[in-house]
Amino acid sequence: MGLLDAGITKHNVLVTSVDNVLNWARLSSIWPMGFGLACCAIEMMATNASNYDLERFGIFPRSSPRQSDLMIVAGTVTMKMAERVVRLYEQMPEPRYVLSMGSCSNCGGPYWEHGYHVLKGVDRVIPVDVYVPGCPPRPEALIGGLMKIQELIRMEQIGLSRADALKKLAEKSVDPQAVIAEERKAVGA
Amino acid sequence: MAEGTVISQSVKESSEAYAIIREQFGSAVSEFDGNETMPFFEVLDASHWQEIALFMRDHAKLKFNYMACLSGVDYFPEEKLGIVCNLESLGALGHKLAVKVSCPRSGGAIPTVSCVWHTANWHEREAYDMFGIDFAGHPDFRRILCPDDWEGFPLRKDYKVQESYHGIKVPY
Repeated sequence: MGLLDAGITKHNVLVTSVDNVLNWARLSSIWPMGFGLACCAIEMMATNASNYDLERFGIFPRSSPRQSDLMIVAGTVTMKMAERVVRLYEQMPEPRYVLSMGSCSNCGGPYWEHGYHVLKGVDRVIPVDVYVPGCPPRPEALIGGLMKIQELIRMEQIGLSRADALKKLAEKSVDPQAVIAEERKAVGA
Repeated sequence: MAEGTVISQSVKESSEAYAIIREQFGSAVSEFDGNETMPFFEVLDASHWQEIALFMRDHAKLKFNYMACLSGVDYFPEEKLGIVCNLESLGALGHKLAVKVSCPRSGGAIPTVSCVWHTANWHEREAYDMFGIDFAGHPDFRRILCPDDWEGFPLRKDYKVQESYHGIKVPY
């Protein structure tokens, strides 16, 4: 349950846990590093722009890895770029998150067999938290991935490792198909 | 060419340009191939290539002032590597002609034409990067796309990708 869903009492007092407040603050201001590698970056930019408006989630790109919480690997990671990606990742302060956007950065995509110059998945060089499939993924899919990152942050507790948080997230994951069907039914589609 | 075939104006122009080159260089160049897609001739003796290129650029009736492209080719069965240059006379005489030059696959070299057309500088670097063609006399001869310490030449027919690069696994 979100922090605001708990409701504010008459005297503007709100009782919650420290974890909850910290997580709420962090997940409401995920700052990704502004860098794109290929066509996925175009979709990422479209997602940042007014139509999809990522700022309503508190997400807006930063121009320095030192100010970023999230790295969106948007596009084909070449062998040449792989080392730079690692360097940028290492420059980000912890806690940091990585979202792999699109088939190329997930597994090499169309370059998996004959692309001698392409890294077959960015997870070979840096740990990835969320994979967004697609070639390229639509802005809706990217937003879905970003909300997965938010969910992951919500699972975190002081003293809990990232691996445990990811495990918790996997256990609590909801099949979206049922939710979509329900929503459709509600609007009578 | 078979009798009765209609030759387009552009091939005719290319053929006329070729005739001038043939006259000058004789047996150093091959017969003219007047196909409609890309009329070309081959340079049989690669050591004449720079001379021919300069002649093609500067001759008053040729004026090939524009190199549109320089591509590499791997003639694997013939044990040869080659280049294809698409030349045009842009804004001058308007004709086009392609030139093919080749050299042995191992130990061979093709003279650079980067001093004739500056475009050739990077194009030759790319041909070297992808096919490992040695361009003799190139002013800045190094890879252009792959990392400097990359192993092998990716567009060669017998290319096998390296197992790892700086400790990162390369194959899928």
